[in-house]
Amino acid sequence: MTDTHYDRAPGDASALPDVEQGTSSGVLVYTIGLALAVVLTAMSFWVANTSLLWAGGVSLGLTVLAIAQMGIHLVFFLHVTTGPDITNNVMALAFGVLIVVLIVVGSLLIMADPTDNLMIGPELMNLHMQH
Amino acid sequence: MNIAVAVDDEVRYDALPSASEAGPAAKRIVVGYGFWVFLLSDIVMFAAIFAAYAVLAHATAGGPSGGQLFDQRSVAIETACLLASSYTCGLMSLAIGSRRYAVTYLAALITVVLGAAFLVLELREFAGMIAIGAGPQRSAFLSAFFTLVGCHGLHVTAGLVWLVVMMAQVAIKGFHATVERRLLCFSLFWHALDIVWVWLFTVVYLMGVLS
Repeated sequence: MTDTHYDRAPGDASALPDVEQGTSSGVLVYTIGLALAVVLTAMSFWVANTSLLWAGGVSLGLTVLAIAQMGIHLVFFLHVTTGPDITNNVMALAFGVLIVVLIVVGSLLIMADPTDNLMIGPELMNLHMQH
Repeated sequence: MNIAVAVDDEVRYDALPSASEAGPAAKRIVVGYGFWVFLLSDIVMFAAIFAAYAVLAHATAGGPSGGQLFDQRSVAIETACLLASSYTCGLMSLAIGSRRYAVTYLAALITVVLGAAFLVLELREFAGMIAIGAGPQRSAFLSAFFTLVGCHGLHVTAGLVWLVVMMAQVAIKGFHATVERRLLCFSLFWHALDIVWVWLFTVVYLMGVLS
Protein backbone atom coordinates (compact mmCIF):
# COMPACT_ATOMS: atom_id res chain seq x y z
CA MET A 1 0.00 0.00 0.00
CA THR A 2 2.81 2.42 0.80
CA ASP A 3 4.99 1.18 -2.07
CA THR A 4 2.47 1.62 -4.85
CA HIS A 5 -0.55 3.80 -5.32
CA TYR A 6 -3.34 1.27 -5.39
CA ASP A 7 -6.76 2.24 -4.24
CA ARG A 8 -7.17 1.55 -0.57
CA ALA A 9 -9.76 -0.95 0.61
CA PRO A 10 -13.21 0.59 1.16
CA GLY A 11 -13.67 1.58 4.79
CA ASP A 12 -9.95 1.87 5.43
CA ALA A 13 -8.61 5.25 6.45
CA SER A 14 -6.25 6.83 3.94
CA ALA A 15 -2.64 5.74 4.27
CA LEU A 16 -1.27 8.48 2.05
CA PRO A 17 1.79 10.16 3.61
CA ASP A 18 0.13 13.53 4.14
CA VAL A 19 -2.95 12.18 5.86
CA GLU A 20 -1.40 9.34 7.82
CA GLN A 21 -3.24 8.98 11.10
CA GLY A 22 -2.55 7.36 14.42
CA THR A 23 -5.19 5.59 16.48
CA SER A 24 -5.99 8.68 18.54
CA SER A 25 -6.87 10.78 15.50
CA GLY A 26 -8.83 7.77 14.18
CA VAL A 27 -10.96 7.90 17.34
CA LEU A 28 -11.30 11.66 16.83
CA VAL A 29 -12.64 11.15 13.28
CA TYR A 30 -15.27 8.65 14.45
CA THR A 31 -16.21 10.90 17.39
CA ILE A 32 -16.66 13.96 15.17
CA GLY A 33 -18.78 11.80 12.85
CA LEU A 34 -20.91 10.59 15.76
CA ALA A 35 -21.38 14.14 17.10
CA LEU A 36 -22.44 15.48 13.68
CA ALA A 37 -24.77 12.52 13.10
CA VAL A 38 -26.39 13.03 16.52
CA VAL A 39 -26.92 16.73 15.79
CA LEU A 40 -28.47 15.97 12.37
CA THR A 41 -30.69 13.21 13.81
CA ALA A 42 -31.89 15.49 16.60
CA MET A 43 -32.62 18.19 14.02
CA SER A 44 -34.61 15.70 11.91
CA PHE A 45 -36.80 14.75 14.86
CA TRP A 46 -37.23 18.39 15.86
CA VAL A 47 -38.13 19.47 12.31
CA ALA A 48 -40.72 16.68 12.03
CA ASN A 49 -42.41 17.60 15.31
CA THR A 50 -42.21 21.36 15.48
CA SER A 51 -45.00 23.70 14.43
CA LEU A 52 -42.63 26.65 14.01
CA LEU A 53 -41.75 25.78 10.41
CA TRP A 54 -43.86 26.09 7.30
CA ALA A 55 -45.46 22.65 6.94
CA GLY A 56 -44.88 22.53 3.17
CA GLY A 57 -41.12 22.76 3.56
CA VAL A 58 -40.75 20.10 6.24
CA SER A 59 -40.45 17.14 3.82
CA LEU A 60 -37.78 18.94 1.83
CA GLY A 61 -35.94 19.85 5.04
CA LEU A 62 -36.01 16.24 6.21
CA THR A 63 -34.67 15.07 2.84
CA VAL A 64 -31.80 17.55 3.02
CA LEU A 65 -30.98 16.47 6.59
CA ALA A 66 -31.01 12.79 5.57
CA ILE A 67 -28.69 13.44 2.61
CA ALA A 68 -26.37 15.43 4.88
CA GLN A 69 -26.32 12.62 7.41
CA MET A 70 -25.59 10.07 4.68
CA GLY A 71 -22.60 12.23 3.69
CA ILE A 72 -21.42 12.36 7.31
CA HIS A 73 -21.59 8.56 7.53
CA LEU A 74 -19.70 8.12 4.26
CA VAL A 75 -16.94 10.59 5.15
CA PHE A 76 -16.41 9.92 8.86
CA PHE A 77 -17.36 6.24 9.20
CA LEU A 78 -16.51 4.81 5.77
CA HIS A 79 -13.63 7.24 5.08
CA VAL A 80 -14.83 8.13 1.60
CA THR A 81 -12.73 11.15 0.65
CA THR A 82 -11.68 13.00 -2.47
CA GLY A 83 -8.21 11.43 -2.26
CA PRO A 84 -6.66 9.83 -5.34
CA ASP A 85 -6.40 6.44 -3.61
CA ILE A 86 -10.16 5.82 -3.53
CA THR A 87 -11.24 6.60 -7.10
CA ASN A 88 -12.55 3.10 -7.88
CA ASN A 89 -14.63 2.93 -4.71
CA VAL A 90 -16.15 6.33 -5.38
CA MET A 91 -16.92 5.40 -9.00
CA ALA A 92 -18.72 2.24 -7.85
CA LEU A 93 -20.58 4.28 -5.23
CA ALA A 94 -21.60 6.88 -7.80
CA PHE A 95 -22.99 4.14 -10.05
CA GLY A 96 -24.93 2.65 -7.12
CA VAL A 97 -26.37 6.05 -6.24
CA LEU A 98 -27.38 6.58 -9.89
CA ILE A 99 -29.31 3.27 -9.94
CA VAL A 100 -30.93 4.02 -6.57
CA VAL A 101 -32.07 7.47 -7.74
CA LEU A 102 -33.39 6.03 -11.03
CA ILE A 103 -35.39 3.34 -9.21
CA VAL A 104 -36.87 5.56 -6.50
CA VAL A 105 -37.49 8.77 -8.46
CA GLY A 106 -38.60 6.82 -11.54
CA SER A 107 -41.09 4.74 -9.55
CA LEU A 108 -42.51 7.79 -7.82
CA LEU A 109 -42.83 9.77 -11.07
CA ILE A 110 -44.50 6.94 -12.94
CA MET A 111 -46.83 6.00 -10.08
CA ALA A 112 -47.69 9.60 -9.16
CA ASP A 113 -50.76 9.46 -11.40
CA PRO A 114 -51.11 6.15 -13.23
CA THR A 115 -54.30 7.08 -15.05
CA ASP A 116 -52.66 10.19 -16.52
CA ASN A 117 -49.55 8.36 -17.58
CA LEU A 118 -51.39 5.39 -19.02
CA MET A 119 -53.74 7.77 -20.86
CA ILE A 120 -56.66 5.43 -20.28
CA GLY A 121 -59.95 7.05 -19.61
CA PRO A 122 -62.15 5.84 -16.79
CA GLU A 123 -64.57 4.24 -19.29
CA LEU A 124 -61.78 1.90 -20.50
CA MET A 125 -60.76 1.03 -16.96
CA ASN A 126 -64.27 -0.20 -16.25
CA LEU A 127 -64.34 -3.73 -17.68
CA HIS A 128 -68.11 -4.07 -17.32
CA MET A 129 -68.67 -1.51 -20.05
CA GLN A 130 -66.61 -3.35 -22.66
CA HIS A 131 -68.37 -5.56 -25.13
CA MET B 1 -7.11 -1.25 -9.73
CA ASN B 2 -4.63 1.28 -11.05
CA ILE B 3 -5.53 4.90 -10.71
CA ALA B 4 -4.63 7.97 -12.64
CA VAL B 5 -2.22 10.26 -10.84
CA ALA B 6 -3.56 13.75 -10.41
CA VAL B 7 -1.39 16.43 -12.00
CA ASP B 8 -0.79 18.36 -8.81
CA ASP B 9 0.25 15.18 -7.04
CA GLU B 10 2.83 14.33 -9.68
CA VAL B 11 5.82 15.20 -7.55
CA ARG B 12 4.67 13.11 -4.64
CA TYR B 13 4.00 9.94 -6.64
CA ASP B 14 6.69 10.14 -9.29
CA ALA B 15 9.03 7.87 -7.40
CA LEU B 16 6.41 5.15 -6.88
CA PRO B 17 6.14 2.28 -9.35
CA SER B 18 2.80 2.07 -11.12
CA ALA B 19 0.33 -0.54 -9.94
CA SER B 20 0.61 -2.57 -13.14
CA GLU B 21 4.36 -2.97 -12.62
CA ALA B 22 3.87 -4.03 -9.02
CA GLY B 23 1.47 -6.88 -9.84
CA PRO B 24 -2.03 -7.46 -8.54
CA ALA B 25 -3.41 -5.46 -5.62
CA ALA B 26 -3.31 -6.78 -2.08
CA LYS B 27 -6.04 -9.26 -1.20
CA ARG B 28 -7.47 -6.89 1.43
CA ILE B 29 -8.10 -4.29 -1.28
CA VAL B 30 -9.63 -6.80 -3.70
CA VAL B 31 -11.87 -8.37 -1.04
CA GLY B 32 -12.91 -4.98 0.31
CA TYR B 33 -13.76 -3.71 -3.15
CA GLY B 34 -15.77 -6.83 -3.98
CA PHE B 35 -17.75 -6.49 -0.76
CA TRP B 36 -18.23 -2.78 -1.49
CA VAL B 37 -19.84 -3.70 -4.83
CA PHE B 38 -22.03 -6.32 -3.09
CA LEU B 39 -23.17 -3.69 -0.58
CA LEU B 40 -24.10 -1.34 -3.41
CA SER B 41 -26.21 -4.08 -5.01
CA ASP B 42 -27.82 -4.69 -1.60
CA ILE B 43 -28.63 -0.99 -1.36
CA VAL B 44 -30.14 -1.12 -4.87
CA MET B 45 -32.41 -3.92 -3.57
CA PHE B 46 -33.37 -1.71 -0.63
CA ALA B 47 -34.08 1.10 -3.11
CA ALA B 48 -36.58 -1.13 -4.94
CA ILE B 49 -38.42 -2.02 -1.71
CA PHE B 50 -38.15 1.61 -0.67
CA ALA B 51 -39.73 2.78 -3.94
CA ALA B 52 -42.56 0.27 -3.41
CA TYR B 53 -43.14 1.69 0.07
CA ALA B 54 -43.06 5.30 -1.13
CA VAL B 55 -45.65 4.49 -3.82
CA LEU B 56 -47.93 2.56 -1.42
CA ALA B 57 -47.49 4.78 1.65
CA HIS B 58 -51.00 6.21 1.35
CA ALA B 59 -52.76 2.99 0.26
CA THR B 60 -54.12 2.24 3.72
CA ALA B 61 -57.35 0.58 2.48
CA GLY B 62 -59.31 2.20 5.32
CA GLY B 63 -56.87 0.77 7.87
CA PRO B 64 -54.61 2.65 10.27
CA SER B 65 -52.11 5.11 8.78
CA GLY B 66 -48.51 5.68 9.77
CA GLY B 67 -49.39 8.67 11.90
CA GLN B 68 -51.67 6.51 14.05
CA LEU B 69 -49.24 3.60 14.39
CA PHE B 70 -45.73 5.00 14.78
CA ASP B 71 -44.28 5.82 18.17
CA GLN B 72 -41.60 8.47 17.65
CA ARG B 73 -39.98 7.93 21.05
CA SER B 74 -39.29 4.29 20.29
CA VAL B 75 -37.95 5.22 16.83
CA ALA B 76 -35.63 7.82 18.39
CA ILE B 77 -34.24 5.20 20.78
CA GLU B 78 -33.80 2.70 17.92
CA THR B 79 -31.95 5.36 15.91
CA ALA B 80 -29.71 6.19 18.87
CA CYS B 81 -28.91 2.48 19.38
CA LEU B 82 -27.96 1.93 15.74
CA LEU B 83 -25.90 5.13 15.52
CA ALA B 84 -24.00 4.34 18.73
CA SER B 85 -23.38 0.78 17.53
CA SER B 86 -21.98 2.16 14.26
CA TYR B 87 -19.60 4.28 16.37
CA THR B 88 -18.44 1.34 18.51
CA CYS B 89 -18.03 -0.70 15.30
CA GLY B 90 -15.66 2.04 14.09
CA LEU B 91 -13.74 1.91 17.37
CA MET B 92 -13.53 -1.87 16.93
CA SER B 93 -11.93 -1.39 13.49
CA LEU B 94 -9.32 0.89 15.07
CA ALA B 95 -8.64 -1.64 17.85
CA ILE B 96 -8.19 -4.38 15.24
CA GLY B 97 -5.76 -2.15 13.35
CA SER B 98 -3.64 -1.70 16.46
CA ARG B 99 -4.00 -5.36 17.57
CA ARG B 100 -5.66 -4.74 20.93
CA TYR B 101 -7.73 -7.78 21.88
CA ALA B 102 -9.46 -6.39 24.98
CA VAL B 103 -10.67 -3.22 23.23
CA THR B 104 -11.83 -5.27 20.22
CA TYR B 105 -13.91 -7.61 22.40
CA LEU B 106 -15.34 -4.72 24.41
CA ALA B 107 -16.29 -2.70 21.32
CA ALA B 108 -17.81 -5.81 19.69
CA LEU B 109 -19.78 -6.57 22.86
CA ILE B 110 -21.22 -3.04 23.00
CA THR B 111 -22.02 -3.22 19.27
CA VAL B 112 -23.89 -6.52 19.75
CA VAL B 113 -25.80 -5.23 22.80
CA LEU B 114 -26.85 -2.03 21.00
CA GLY B 115 -27.81 -3.95 17.85
CA ALA B 116 -29.84 -6.42 19.94
CA ALA B 117 -31.57 -3.52 21.75
CA PHE B 118 -32.51 -2.09 18.34
CA LEU B 119 -33.96 -5.45 17.27
CA VAL B 120 -35.93 -5.91 20.51
CA LEU B 121 -37.51 -2.45 20.12
CA GLU B 122 -38.35 -3.13 16.49
CA LEU B 123 -39.87 -6.55 17.24
CA ARG B 124 -41.90 -5.03 20.09
CA GLU B 125 -43.20 -2.41 17.66
CA PHE B 126 -44.11 -5.13 15.12
CA ALA B 127 -45.81 -7.25 17.79
CA GLY B 128 -47.79 -4.24 19.01
CA MET B 129 -48.96 -3.43 15.50
CA ILE B 130 -49.97 -7.03 14.73
CA ALA B 131 -51.80 -7.24 18.08
CA ILE B 132 -54.11 -4.35 17.13
CA GLY B 133 -54.86 -5.89 13.73
CA ALA B 134 -52.36 -3.80 11.75
CA GLY B 135 -50.38 -6.75 10.41
CA PRO B 136 -48.86 -6.97 6.92
CA GLN B 137 -52.08 -8.39 5.45
CA ARG B 138 -54.16 -5.36 6.51
CA SER B 139 -53.28 -2.97 3.67
CA ALA B 140 -50.77 -2.34 0.88
CA PHE B 141 -49.18 0.33 3.08
CA LEU B 142 -48.61 -2.15 5.91
CA SER B 143 -47.36 -4.88 3.54
CA ALA B 144 -44.77 -2.45 2.18
CA PHE B 145 -43.93 -1.24 5.69
CA PHE B 146 -43.29 -4.72 7.07
CA THR B 147 -41.28 -5.70 3.98
CA LEU B 148 -39.06 -2.63 4.13
CA VAL B 149 -38.47 -2.37 7.88
CA GLY B 150 -38.44 -6.16 8.29
CA CYS B 151 -35.81 -6.52 5.55
CA HIS B 152 -33.60 -4.03 7.38
CA GLY B 153 -34.24 -5.89 10.64
CA LEU B 154 -33.21 -9.17 8.99
CA HIS B 155 -29.98 -7.54 7.84
CA VAL B 156 -29.29 -6.35 11.39
CA THR B 157 -29.97 -9.88 12.69
CA ALA B 158 -27.55 -11.32 10.13
CA GLY B 159 -24.99 -8.70 11.13
CA LEU B 160 -25.27 -9.64 14.80
CA VAL B 161 -24.78 -13.35 14.05
CA TRP B 162 -21.85 -12.43 11.81
CA LEU B 163 -20.19 -10.33 14.53
CA VAL B 164 -20.54 -13.08 17.15
CA VAL B 165 -19.00 -15.59 14.71
CA MET B 166 -16.16 -13.14 13.98
CA MET B 167 -15.39 -12.70 17.67
CA ALA B 168 -15.18 -16.50 18.01
CA GLN B 169 -12.75 -16.49 15.06
CA VAL B 170 -10.66 -13.75 16.68
CA ALA B 171 -10.57 -15.77 19.90
CA ILE B 172 -9.48 -18.96 18.09
CA LYS B 173 -7.31 -17.70 15.21
CA GLY B 174 -6.20 -14.30 16.52
CA PHE B 175 -5.80 -11.38 14.12
CA HIS B 176 -5.08 -13.58 11.12
CA ALA B 177 -5.14 -11.80 7.75
CA THR B 178 -8.28 -13.75 6.75
CA VAL B 179 -10.06 -12.79 9.97
CA GLU B 180 -9.07 -9.15 9.48
CA ARG B 181 -10.51 -9.10 5.95
CA ARG B 182 -13.78 -10.56 7.21
CA LEU B 183 -13.90 -7.93 9.96
CA LEU B 184 -13.32 -5.20 7.36
CA CYS B 185 -16.31 -6.54 5.40
CA PHE B 186 -18.38 -6.68 8.58
CA SER B 187 -17.70 -3.04 9.47
CA LEU B 188 -18.59 -1.98 5.90
CA PHE B 189 -21.84 -3.96 6.22
CA TRP B 190 -22.70 -2.43 9.60
CA HIS B 191 -22.05 1.17 8.49
CA ALA B 192 -24.11 0.58 5.32
CA LEU B 193 -27.04 -0.66 7.45
CA ASP B 194 -26.87 2.56 9.44
CA ILE B 195 -27.04 4.59 6.22
CA VAL B 196 -30.12 2.59 5.14
CA TRP B 197 -31.69 3.28 8.55
CA VAL B 198 -31.14 7.05 8.12
CA TRP B 199 -33.42 6.90 5.06
CA LEU B 200 -35.85 4.56 6.78
CA PHE B 201 -36.46 6.70 9.85
CA THR B 202 -36.63 9.87 7.77
CA VAL B 203 -39.08 8.68 5.12
CA VAL B 204 -41.07 5.99 6.95
CA TYR B 205 -41.31 7.32 10.47
CA LEU B 206 -40.80 11.10 10.33
CA MET B 207 -42.48 11.87 6.97
CA GLY B 208 -45.10 9.19 7.69
CA VAL B 209 -46.23 11.09 10.76
CA LEU B 210 -46.45 14.40 8.87
CA SER B 211 -49.32 13.54 6.56
